[in-house]
Amino acid sequence: MRTPTGLKYAKTDEWIKVEGDEAKLGISDYAQDQLSDVVYVEFMVDVDDHVSKGDAVATVESVKAASDVIFPASGTIVAINEDLADAPEMLNSEPYEGGWMVKMVLDDPSDLDEMLEAEEYEAYNEEREG
Amino acid sequence: MFTPHTPQEIDEMLKVIGVDKIEDLFQSVPEKRRFPKLDIPAALTEMEVAAELNEIASANASTDDFISFLGAGAYDHYIPAAVDMLLRRGEFYTAYTPYQPEISQGTLQSIFEFQSLMTELTGMDVSNASHYDGATAAAEAANMAYHIFRGKRKKVLVSRAVNPQYRETIRAYMQGQEDVLVIGDEEESSFAEDTQKLIDKIDQDTAVVIVQYPDFFGRIIDYTKLVNIAHEFGALVTFIFNPTALGLLKPPGAFDADIAVGDGQPLGIPLSYGGPYLGIFTTKEKYIRKLAGRLVGETVDEKGNRAFVLTLTAREQHIRREKSTSNICSNQGLMALAATIYLSLLGKNGFKQVANLCYQKAHYAAEQIANLEGYDLAFKDTPFFHEFVIKTSKPVDQINLHLQNHWILGGYDLSQAYPELDHHILIAVTEKISKEDIDDFVAALEEVAHD
Repeated sequence: MRTPTGLKYAKTDEWIKVEGDEAKLGISDYAQDQLSDVVYVEFMVDVDDHVSKGDAVATVESVKAASDVIFPASGTIVAINEDLADAPEMLNSEPYEGGWMVKMVLDDPSDLDEMLEAEEYEAYNEEREG
Repeated sequence: MFTPHTPQEIDEMLKVIGVDKIEDLFQSVPEKRRFPKLDIPAALTEMEVAAELNEIASANASTDDFISFLGAGAYDHYIPAAVDMLLRRGEFYTAYTPYQPEISQGTLQSIFEFQSLMTELTGMDVSNASHYDGATAAAEAANMAYHIFRGKRKKVLVSRAVNPQYRETIRAYMQGQEDVLVIGDEEESSFAEDTQKLIDKIDQDTAVVIVQYPDFFGRIIDYTKLVNIAHEFGALVTFIFNPTALGLLKPPGAFDADIAVGDGQPLGIPLSYGGPYLGIFTTKEKYIRKLAGRLVGETVDEKGNRAFVLTLTAREQHIRREKSTSNICSNQGLMALAATIYLSLLGKNGFKQVANLCYQKAHYAAEQIANLEGYDLAFKDTPFFHEFVIKTSKPVDQINLHLQNHWILGGYDLSQAYPELDHHILIAVTEKISKEDIDDFVAALEEVAHD
């Protein structure tokens, strides 16, 4: 399981990577592994939407389950990864690269303070696995 | 009474719960109510029961006894004998696919063929495996449109010329959705400018515009402008179609309809009180993920043979569960099969012939009736298919009562659902009606006008 450093992780298994003024959001390697083969990504937001922490980004459907991806921070959507419509399997194969889901401008970067660092998230996953 | 337990087992169970006998379990019921003596007549023999039931059944009248001019959503078409013969085969005569559906390749193939026929009929991209009836399919269309816009568009615009029962079902379905408005059909209308009035109501908040084709009054309306304007506003358009009419008319797909639904009853399914009928649901490929119900797809098995599977099942409760947008996850299997057999027997040309016969006979009937004193065609300038509205000088119930004495089922009294259409009768003519039947009907109508 990959958990790259430099990203922030939520206990609900999203990651956020700050790049300049924008933040990129996706789901973790752990999350895609739990879901198994992703077959469809249904976005709940559009570009220019303002979203609040806790809102749903998308519903990710796999052969096993449908699961909501949640915004760990508030902000405005600036881009949606349209490639996922035709290639949802990118969430499985490259969750931190081609599998990014949305780009947003954060309202308040301090929202990220509550999120976990890579090593903390790894420890949290180990704890969950029991 | 049959119980599967032996006396020993019963004693054992009673001992475990600490009770002496079964009767003791009913102690809390007042004694005089505990074991009432039922006042029912002695049992009859099978022969006596059959005789009694036959007598009750003979009080019914069916379209075998009457010549029927009654339509308004359900139509008396001829059903080839082979439809019922094949339908009653044991392999088919079960309501559902088994819980491991792929084991029933025959059932899945028949659904696949049904879907293919429906897309060919409507000119749409995809069809599901069917819904319960046309009204349910129309309500699912509103529901699907609402979810396509993720609840952001709040208006469902419905034409007043949509079947009143369908409009009721759409409202019943949508009442659970927050803030959704089902509007457009409230005001009494002259109906001549109904389409334009509906167009004027389309706005940015409109999720879907629902029209009927031919409309409830049998009229063939060109919805080109309505579809264009709806699409300019980003709204969807649903056509509620009559499948028989599509044997002659330009299909909903050619209008760029987003969803096309209808009742498949005219396709080999008999008239019956309360159904079962058949809901047809078709849409564009881009909405396939939002399509409720089952969908059968074609694939190949591991040996490379053609095979059929239930596909995109994630849309239903199996996987999406509480996130699914509809609670429908089954279909009207046997009726879908009836429609499939019916269309296969008729073939493309036979089906067109049925549609053409309906059209020609209805037009002959309309012309004859409109020539009578006391009867006028209500919508003179609008083309119609196999159903039309006549304005009458006598009350419609009086006319229908008179027709009954001639073993004729008259038309639908439009004042039931449209107060503004008092003295208006909706008349349907199918291929089953002969020229003599129509002439008898016209003569009976003439009689009652002079009463």
